[in-house]
Amino acid sequence: MRIDKHPILEFPKRHVIFFMFEGKEVSGFEGDTIASALHALDVKIFSYSTINHRPRGFYCAIGNCASCKMIVDGMPNVKTCITPLISGMVVERQTNKGVIK
Amino acid sequence: MIEKDLIIIGGGPSGLCAAKTALEAGISVLIIERNEHFGGQLVKQTHKFFGSKEQYAKTRGYDIAQKLLSDLSDFSNLTMLKGATVVGLYSDNVVTALVENKYIRYHANAIIVATGASEKFLAFENNDLPGIYGAGAIQTLMNLYGVLPGNQVVMVGSGNIGLIVSYQLLQAGVKVKAIIEASTKIGGYKVHASKIARLGVPILTSTTVKKAIGETELKAIEIVSLDENWKEIQGTSKVIEVDTLCISVGLTPMHQFLSMVGAQTKYVQELGGFVPVVNEHHQTSVNSIFVCGDAVGIEEASSAMMEGYLTGLYVTEFLNVKHPGYLKETAYYEKQLSMLRDGPFGTKTRVGLEKLKEGYLHAKS
Amino acid sequence: MLNRNGVPSNEQVLSRFPKSNILVRPKAILECYEDIPCNPCETSCPFGAIIIGPNINTQPKLDIQACTGCGICVTSCPGLAIIVAQIKGHEALFKIPYELLPYPNKGDIWHGINRKGDVICDAKIEQTSLNKKQDHTMLVTVSVPVIHLHEFVTIRSKHE
Repeated sequence: MRIDKHPILEFPKRHVIFFMFEGKEVSGFEGDTIASALHALDVKIFSYSTINHRPRGFYCAIGNCASCKMIVDGMPNVKTCITPLISGMVVERQTNKGVIK
Repeated sequence: MIEKDLIIIGGGPSGLCAAKTALEAGISVLIIERNEHFGGQLVKQTHKFFGSKEQYAKTRGYDIAQKLLSDLSDFSNLTMLKGATVVGLYSDNVVTALVENKYIRYHANAIIVATGASEKFLAFENNDLPGIYGAGAIQTLMNLYGVLPGNQVVMVGSGNIGLIVSYQLLQAGVKVKAIIEASTKIGGYKVHASKIARLGVPILTSTTVKKAIGETELKAIEIVSLDENWKEIQGTSKVIEVDTLCISVGLTPMHQFLSMVGAQTKYVQELGGFVPVVNEHHQTSVNSIFVCGDAVGIEEASSAMMEGYLTGLYVTEFLNVKHPGYLKETAYYEKQLSMLRDGPFGTKTRVGLEKLKEGYLHAKS
Repeated sequence: MLNRNGVPSNEQVLSRFPKSNILVRPKAILECYEDIPCNPCETSCPFGAIIIGPNINTQPKLDIQACTGCGICVTSCPGLAIIVAQIKGHEALFKIPYELLPYPNKGDIWHGINRKGDVICDAKIEQTSLNKKQDHTMLVTVSVPVIHLHEFVTIRSKHE
């Protein structure tokens, strides 16, 4: 969900960006990070922990904790909270320690 | 190898202010910032700042960031890199960084570490459920990206950040069900608390979160009351339905790569955790490396700015370069800093800095 | 109470209000109850009516004679801790800071709220002002029954 009107900030209209998430085409806006675009789509689960398969989302959103890591364009362990969203990106949930294909 | 007189790691308020005073002495400065924007945490701050005119009081945080950046626009000896992450610090004053995925090496005669802080976490059952975020994360989502964090929030922590972010949540149209605080009293400025109280948000002291509830996402939390010894009082458990839990339990200085050069650190609880041991000139135990801002002790942005200006000046002295107003400006900024730390809210910092001084004397002896 | 829930005590609030006969003219009520390093109220007042001094941790004091109730301090205080109060017959007229959406409009009737966040009365929006100098903090002039002079502090929309 996006903020529509705000008493202090202005959120101007931005270009729509299409990308793939778990095989489905979804969209975000120019200026989003992968994490902010996913959160706006109500996607809270970004990965599953490697041993107990516990659902995980982001935590710090500025690139410190690495809780937000996902597989982006085949590359694992990408910190989605600080990675700008680019058109055509393929984003998948990571469930292991990261395998470079 | 790219040569600079001074490399500043971190382009937040402290780093930007350090750059200004250093540049005034005519040296070449490189600022390396890992984010896609400069200004650090200031860019997310929508509230008006405290302090005095010198710290841009009554100016909104994001405007302060713009002001600090425009202060640097006239200097030709300045290079600013954003989206660039420092990955190594070496004892021969080499800094390595990933710049657009390329590995670049820099050498400087002095280095300032102004890397700020990271958020602390809280241990409780199921604290890894999606829907649980740091306060900074919530601010980033709302104020940088215009995304609503959730429908309803419970804020854990009543320090200034917890109180301010709660207010910002209300401004974004999100319901804040409660602020819970483990201690017996509110940690931040009472004016922030009063602002929240009149908007109908209950502040529950002596309360903590025991457990997060939900299968795949946060659905509710269990809170309990605490006695004077921070122990749970049996029978006080309550469940609050909520989809977003915001953890604001403090910051801890961030300076991991200082260990690559063996810079001494000391655990000082009052300053937020492990801090690099520095002398009054913000110089670490590695002579050419300086630290300022939250990375050397958690305080406010106003202090980070004053420390930045000072450290930039101290570096010019270390480099034996003449700064036109060295004596006047160091005296001025030291006085500003002392005034900011003078009141009751500065006590913790003053105590912490004393401990740090002891640490430096011990390290040097 | 202030330290536990952000709500100042009656004594604290009353200590910042002048005698009611003074309030025939609008005066600033400075509800800054803590020593924090901050002084934009002092530096913003065009009449020099707010005094903090060289140590900016000192709580502000009002020079009642010099204060004209203009409201500049109301939108300058980063803590939103200042309101202007005036007594006009059966009504208390306030100037308060407001930073939420939707904004009130002149003529609206909103809820009048006390420092605990409870609804205590109706509040009539008499005037609103939002200029560049106020930097997104609206100044709202609102009237409530004078009996709530020491309780009223802000407004809340009647539409949820």
